[in-house]
Amino acid sequence: MSHWFQSLLSRRDLLRVGAGSAAALVGAQALGQAPQPAGMDHSQMGVTPAAPPKGHGGHGGNLMVGTVDHARNGFDPMQLLTDWDTGKVSQLPDGQTLREYTITAQEKDIEIAPGVFFPAWTYNGRVPGPTLRCTEGDRLRIRFFNHTSHPHTIHFHGVHPAEMDGVPGAGPGEILPGGSFLYEFDAEPFGCHLYHCHATSLKRHIHKGMYGAFIVDPKEGRPPAREFMMLQNAFDTNFDGANEIYAVNTVGFEFARRPIPVKKGELIRIYLINIIEFDLINGFHLHANFFNYYDTGTTLDPTSRIVDTVTQGQGQRGILEFRYKFTGQFMFHPHISEFTELGWMGVFNVVEGADYAAALQEVGLDAAWDRRATQGSTIKGQGA
Amino acid sequence: MSTDIPAKAASASSLWGLAILPILLLGAVLAYLVATGGGLQALTGPPVEQVKIGRITLPERGVIQVQVVNDGPQTMTIPQVMVDDAFWAFTADPPGSIPRLGSTTLTIPYPWVEGEAHKVALLSDLGSVFEAEIPVATLTPQLDGNLFARFGLVGLYVGVVPVLLGMLWFPWMRRLSGGAMNFILSLTVGLLVYLAIGTWLDAQEFAAALPAFWQGTPAVALIALLSVGVLLAIGGKRKTEEQPLGLSYRIATGIGLHNLGEGLAIGAAFALGQGALGTFLILGFTLHNITEGVGIVAPLVKRSPGLGQFALLALLAGGPAILGTWIGGFAFNPVLATVFLAIGLGAIVQVIWEVGRLVIRNTSKLGLPVAGWSNLGGFTVGVALMYFTAFLVKF
Repeated sequence: MSHWFQSLLSRRDLLRVGAGSAAALVGAQALGQAPQPAGMDHSQMGVTPAAPPKGHGGHGGNLMVGTVDHARNGFDPMQLLTDWDTGKVSQLPDGQTLREYTITAQEKDIEIAPGVFFPAWTYNGRVPGPTLRCTEGDRLRIRFFNHTSHPHTIHFHGVHPAEMDGVPGAGPGEILPGGSFLYEFDAEPFGCHLYHCHATSLKRHIHKGMYGAFIVDPKEGRPPAREFMMLQNAFDTNFDGANEIYAVNTVGFEFARRPIPVKKGELIRIYLINIIEFDLINGFHLHANFFNYYDTGTTLDPTSRIVDTVTQGQGQRGILEFRYKFTGQFMFHPHISEFTELGWMGVFNVVEGADYAAALQEVGLDAAWDRRATQGSTIKGQGA
Repeated sequence: MSTDIPAKAASASSLWGLAILPILLLGAVLAYLVATGGGLQALTGPPVEQVKIGRITLPERGVIQVQVVNDGPQTMTIPQVMVDDAFWAFTADPPGSIPRLGSTTLTIPYPWVEGEAHKVALLSDLGSVFEAEIPVATLTPQLDGNLFARFGLVGLYVGVVPVLLGMLWFPWMRRLSGGAMNFILSLTVGLLVYLAIGTWLDAQEFAAALPAFWQGTPAVALIALLSVGVLLAIGGKRKTEEQPLGLSYRIATGIGLHNLGEGLAIGAAFALGQGALGTFLILGFTLHNITEGVGIVAPLVKRSPGLGQFALLALLAGGPAILGTWIGGFAFNPVLATVFLAIGLGAIVQVIWEVGRLVIRNTSKLGLPVAGWSNLGGFTVGVALMYFTAFLVKF
């Protein structure tokens, strides 16, 4: 602390500043004019030098210095956008589709901002956990192993019997270290849902990283679109009951540094989930565009039409659909400036269809990512 | 005889050997602990991170500089920096990890706003957050001739002028009776006690802001004690009555170091809010410090030391205020500030001792009780003068 500065002030009280007199002068120093960072040398920590921010990426000097080592983390936020896990598919004797998943609770230090490590509790070694995707009415069997030193559960948002609720005191209750359990239920209703650990203490089990997206496609499917899963999360790195870093898919400013490539005019669908703790609300604001919003994704008609901002409470989620009229770089972020400046900010890179391959390449993506984005639906004829 | 010498030599070498042996063994134990962990690996806990954010400067529009000292037990890294709850670009000099007791300077290109408050937070690699405040953002004064002169002028008004004015009571004091003069000396003790307490508190405030390894509070006490001891040892056989000029110089030195601290605070406050220091406040300090001049010349009433000596005494007691204002404004160093104030405290305590003894001897010569109304009255007036004139500088 610069305690002595303050103590000097309080001691001698030499300062009685007419604040605001010259306040406007410095405001002229526009955000965008701040020099780009030269970057600290964290080579001993294995952090690679910062790639030059693209376009908006960075929001002036408001950025993180350096880059996160996604390979060491074992997951890449960009890949998580389109990483649908449709399970091991088979048919039950009565013709019902069976999807089987395996989820393992693991403790893992993950890099949530360049050079900043968080002692996470994870599903399958990643935060967020796997994006489970299925069709309404499918039978789901999720085999859960607890390979950590704490009790955990999986609590699904959906309709299921009490013993499958994944809470202490119901069915198997908390799954103890070394234990396992088979969660089994039918996927209903269709929508954009989530799952998370419901062991106590609840706040800690959630904010430590035990959550993931649970997307149930309607039987009749949704119009073909480029689809992304965006899970808004945040991290309380010093465990003081307030978040230090905000993000979509865990790594702050990742989509500012690597804008998400989309095509002009195509339908874009975002499965947006808010799982932050401590702050009551989160949100999504799209620049230079408006979208239709399906709250919780449980309807085929929008619950809000032609809006450019939505607010989500803790655990709330929904589906956004929109198209871009112009090419260019367009920011998206919650219209909660604090979260924006603390990492939850990204950019869409809108290009003509002909330029799409190049746009993919620019941020290190391949045709497989493109294919997953456009063929993620579990409905036959629409997806993989 | 001839056998005595080698025996002495042998005993000398064995003496050295006995002295060095524990040090050699200590080296061996340390080497063992470093190399093997000494069987204490199981006690290894999670890493402990601690940094001290030192001076924050605003050297130009749109730039914040933060000095960081690692006073924790281990090497640590500051990978990200937040200003006003926003992650911000920055460079570190030197870059990379900060070793224990090491330091680095972070330069953040942030568009700070004149006259408003800002918050700087450092995020460690393990997610610890270290915060510091910029209470009032204003350009940190850069060293230039004009500002240098103005700071010097402030120091002059606050330090040299009042001391000189206080000394002008000298001719009046010479006409006073023995009893009245003893009253003035008691007054001097009171004024010095006030200054000792003030200097102790000021030193503690600087000390509290130091990185932990400096052990600020005990360091202030020990340096002050050592200063008293050294000054007493130097003064050893001296008789105060025979060398009153020497006593005046010692009083002037103690007061000078106190005024250095005053100057430091004024300069540092300038660095935070240039120009906010009002004429009223300078006037307050001038009034507050005028009694110091009385105290310095009080032991000299039976001599005529000459104008040159008076000028030197005034410079010694008041000049450090000028120096302090410069240092505080342009190159503040909390470690040196703490050390100087601690020495000043020691010097003041030593002269309290000396003037106090003088008062006691004078009182007994006059056939009065030491703890009588005259001495007590002088002491009280001295303390009260300092206390009430301080109303002008503390608000």
